[in-house]
Amino acid sequence: MRRARWSATVSDVARRKLKVATTSLAGCFGCHMSLLDIDERLFPLLERIEFDRSPLTDIKHCGPCDIGIIEGGICNAENVHVLREFRANCKILVAMGACAVTGGLPAQRNHLDLGLCLQEVYLTDPGVAHGMIPNDPELPLPLDKVHPLHEVVKVDYFIPGCPPSGDAIWKFLTDLIEGRTPKLGHGLIHYD
Amino acid sequence: MNARPSFLLDGDEVPFEPGQTVMQAALAAGRYIPHLCYHPEFTPHGSCKLCTARINGRLMAACTTPAETATEVASETEELNDLRRTLVQMLFAEGNHFCPSCEKSGNCVLQALGYDLGVMTAGFRHFFPDRPVDATHPEILLDFNRCILCELCVRAAREVDGKHVFSLAGRGLGKHLIVNAESGRLADTDVKVTDKAVEVCPVGVILRKRVGFATPIGARRYDKSPISAQALADAPRPLERNRE
Repeated sequence: MRRARWSATVSDVARRKLKVATTSLAGCFGCHMSLLDIDERLFPLLERIEFDRSPLTDIKHCGPCDIGIIEGGICNAENVHVLREFRANCKILVAMGACAVTGGLPAQRNHLDLGLCLQEVYLTDPGVAHGMIPNDPELPLPLDKVHPLHEVVKVDYFIPGCPPSGDAIWKFLTDLIEGRTPKLGHGLIHYD
Repeated sequence: MNARPSFLLDGDEVPFEPGQTVMQAALAAGRYIPHLCYHPEFTPHGSCKLCTARINGRLMAACTTPAETATEVASETEELNDLRRTLVQMLFAEGNHFCPSCEKSGNCVLQALGYDLGVMTAGFRHFFPDRPVDATHPEILLDFNRCILCELCVRAAREVDGKHVFSLAGRGLGKHLIVNAESGRLADTDVKVTDKAVEVCPVGVILRKRVGFATPIGARRYDKSPISAQALADAPRPLERNRE
């Protein structure tokens, strides 16, 4: 009896589509473009998963999910809130791309003073902001430093690359969905 | 005739010639032990600790430990590769290794080791240190952000170029690469772009100017095959030469 019940549970899980949420924080959406680079493999993927919050669905908040995939690092207060929402709702959290894994390009400001950066961009250099640093209350406040995801929450898996190739993302996702430990190997693991 | 002396590496016999280190004998026998500051052309430095192996049960640097008979060496173990991954992670967290904009990417030993060992993240909190570059030399760029303190440039300048251009100064976290000029600028040293010290940098610190992307990303050294395969292909094989 117990055995029969157990196998029924396993097949239920196998039948149920995995819920996947994705978002881009301090990123450029290049990793999401790379996700789309899996091309026609999107069809078999969509037989196994369904998207919750994602730029692809335009759902604004993340519900309970099996997998959360985050592109981009943490550069402002809103990023922290979104990241914590993902961590609270996703069983498995994945940092996708150089910015999520290392801070990436936005983190190249980390050895500079934030105030001086803003001054340089909005006051010193010619710009369109009429000589003022934007202060609309709707704008999230920038953080002093840019952080990779793992410095703020526990991250379960990392896919390095700027961006990781469609093939790397496909290999990672198929490994994860099939219950294998994701392994990229030569040619797919890239930091650049 | 006496059998050639040998030791056991991960259970297999590896022959050696007296005077060889564990690393030299292993590479000559076609066995790879991960390494970073070791270079077959220079005196071993033993500082990066990537080549750490269990030699008769003790953790020792394979590049500085002389090969001896009746020695058991364990290298390709999960325990040691975990420690190696941690060492690579610490190097990535300590400097500014921004691979997406680095012209050494694809030719970088640190990066290739990360790939080969399966390092997916630096794991630790990144230091993001402030290390201004030295672009004073007309033909050579010095980008200190990527320095891993392997001293290969120091050794190459001293042992091959016969100069004293580079050195490490400071201690612990404050340790850093300096150049031998009162101004502290590379332009005021006697370094030449043809020097071995310029060629040997395993990461993107000492770079020849204006050739950065002559070989495109994707067609570079470690794009072709992993560092473990390349190290064996490059290894000097004195034993084979003697046999001929």
